[in-house]
Amino acid sequence: MSVSTASPPAGTKASFFERLSQSRNGLGLLFMLPAALFLLCFLTYPLGLGVWLGFTDTMIGRPGIFIGLENYEYLWHDRVFWMSVFNTVVYTAVASVLKFVLGLWLAIILNEHLPFKTFFRAIILLPWVVPTVLSALAFWWIYDSQFSIISFVLMKAGLISAPINFLGDPTNARLSVIAANVWRGIPFVAISLLAGLQTIPASLHEAAALDGATSWQRFRSITLPLLTPIIAVVMTFSVLFTFTDFQLIYVLTKGGPVNATHLMATLSFQRGIPGGALGEGAAIAVAMVPFLLAAILFSFFGLQRRRWQQGGSD
Amino acid sequence: MASVDIVDVRKYFGAHPVIKGVDVQIEDGEFVILVGPSGCGKSTLLRMIAGLEHISGGEIRIGDRVVNDVPPKDRDIAMVFQNYALYPHMTVADNMAFSLKLKGASRSEIEDRVKPAAAILGLSAYLDRFPRQLSGGQRQRVAMGRAIVRDPQVFLFDEPLSNLDAKLRVSMRTEIKSLHQRLTTTTIYVTHDQIEAMTMADKIVVMQDGRIEQIGAPLELYDRPDNLFVAGFIGSPAMNMLHGRVDSADPSRFVTRDGVVLPLGRPRPDLTGRDLVYGMRPEAIQLGGSVSIQVDVIEPTGSESQVIGRLGAAEIACVFRERVSVRPGEMMPVSIDPAATHLFDAADGRRITAA
Repeated sequence: MSVSTASPPAGTKASFFERLSQSRNGLGLLFMLPAALFLLCFLTYPLGLGVWLGFTDTMIGRPGIFIGLENYEYLWHDRVFWMSVFNTVVYTAVASVLKFVLGLWLAIILNEHLPFKTFFRAIILLPWVVPTVLSALAFWWIYDSQFSIISFVLMKAGLISAPINFLGDPTNARLSVIAANVWRGIPFVAISLLAGLQTIPASLHEAAALDGATSWQRFRSITLPLLTPIIAVVMTFSVLFTFTDFQLIYVLTKGGPVNATHLMATLSFQRGIPGGALGEGAAIAVAMVPFLLAAILFSFFGLQRRRWQQGGSD
Repeated sequence: MASVDIVDVRKYFGAHPVIKGVDVQIEDGEFVILVGPSGCGKSTLLRMIAGLEHISGGEIRIGDRVVNDVPPKDRDIAMVFQNYALYPHMTVADNMAFSLKLKGASRSEIEDRVKPAAAILGLSAYLDRFPRQLSGGQRQRVAMGRAIVRDPQVFLFDEPLSNLDAKLRVSMRTEIKSLHQRLTTTTIYVTHDQIEAMTMADKIVVMQDGRIEQIGAPLELYDRPDNLFVAGFIGSPAMNMLHGRVDSADPSRFVTRDGVVLPLGRPRPDLTGRDLVYGMRPEAIQLGGSVSIQVDVIEPTGSESQVIGRLGAAEIACVFRERVSVRPGEMMPVSIDPAATHLFDAADGRRITAA
């Protein structure tokens, strides 16, 4: 009796696993589960929490209540917030353009037959592999108002009479942090574009040379068009990294002088953690989302296969 | 159009010589094929003519102009690459018009040049397509169209057919040859396929290991190869080669190492005692006679029959116009036309001419 009642559930259980092991979709779901859990815990939850906090008046040590769009209304009239938006856009635009131009230039040089080519390719990655905080500290010294090596050299050369106030003057500070960001970001752009350059067959350049193209014409009509798909990827990532930059600014200027170098990320942290206004800080962070979405959409369309990439195979 | 003169041209990669002093005179309007096994330097020589490789020594002249230090774009030559090197982001029309656009040609002029070239090559329907959307043969034609539109002094082809399937290769061969007959532009063509060389060339340059082995018209090379390398390289199936000596007792006979006796055209008492190689083309062997071959394999192709067999210990190939009814393992009586045989010195491989 007991045997007969126990056996049917055992039978269905076995057949469930059997069916699962046969089912493509079932197995697929099963295998995705760990990754999905990971993403839920570490990506979706913090993001959701951030968005939620933006709608509350939570302070450190005080659970908040839902206040709707009040944080955003407040920010709308906050000149410091708008200054940080302006700073972030300028910072991202100028640094990205510089990184692109200099990175492409470097990639093209490294793609030529140079002596010690592999050595140069390796050291070019240094700024990228050094922890940001470390390189930021180095820049902090380079930009020091008294002991700056740049000021020292220029004074020795007789070009200036007093040390440059790199981080104390709003314009100088903005330029200085942009320079540090460009220095740090170039390797990523250069190495990625170098990889792209190496996918362009040499025979295309040779064919173009025989067709009568000068080196500039070869660059314009062969290299650049064939590199566009990779440029789209690289620059999207570069823009996202730059837009969300935090460490460099926080070590170098903490947003100063007079908020001249506050980015949205640093302002969000400043208001949320040291300032204690978690809700307001979260709202600033959420305000970055539309900009980032725009960059992603740009890359989405930029990354679409162009007409010449479609159909057939090589 | 122009002649091309290659005078004692040398090329080193580092200290390693790859072209070891090469002289070729190419007449205006000639179709010349550089042929040789992989690594013989034929492509390097072509790239030196194009200006894509630096010339380490010697001189290359196109027309009356020494081009050693002239950049590729100023040499007025067009090249068809092995992988076609079509610009993937340009349509067929743009690929063909690229050189004209660089020269600043007007839109109507470009159309006047591209349209006829496309028509010649049967590409008129594909002008708006991108290279990826074309078949291998069509891409090949676009590459040729790009060259034709230029109306250059010299066409260079670097193994243009090696990426095509066998059938297409045969038809493109004919197309390129008829194209040359129509345009009469000086053409230099590199291939490792001796059939391509034989069928298309006015003049063949056989290269090996950075040197020229022989220059001549296709049938000249076939009928009178200068040395064992050319004899073995030109012709398919390859020439049969048997080591041996002239019979000292009867100098009109050749005795192979295995003691097989073969006829010589006329007595060569001057050659007795020397180690020689006796060469005969597969079709120089006829059915019926006093020499017997042990048959290994019979390969009927329909139009002819190839028989692979043994003469003594040496493997030899015969091609008969007739259909043969022998079976593997059987002995087949054949005769050899002494007028169609060749003698080479076994030591240096050179042809021994009639004394």
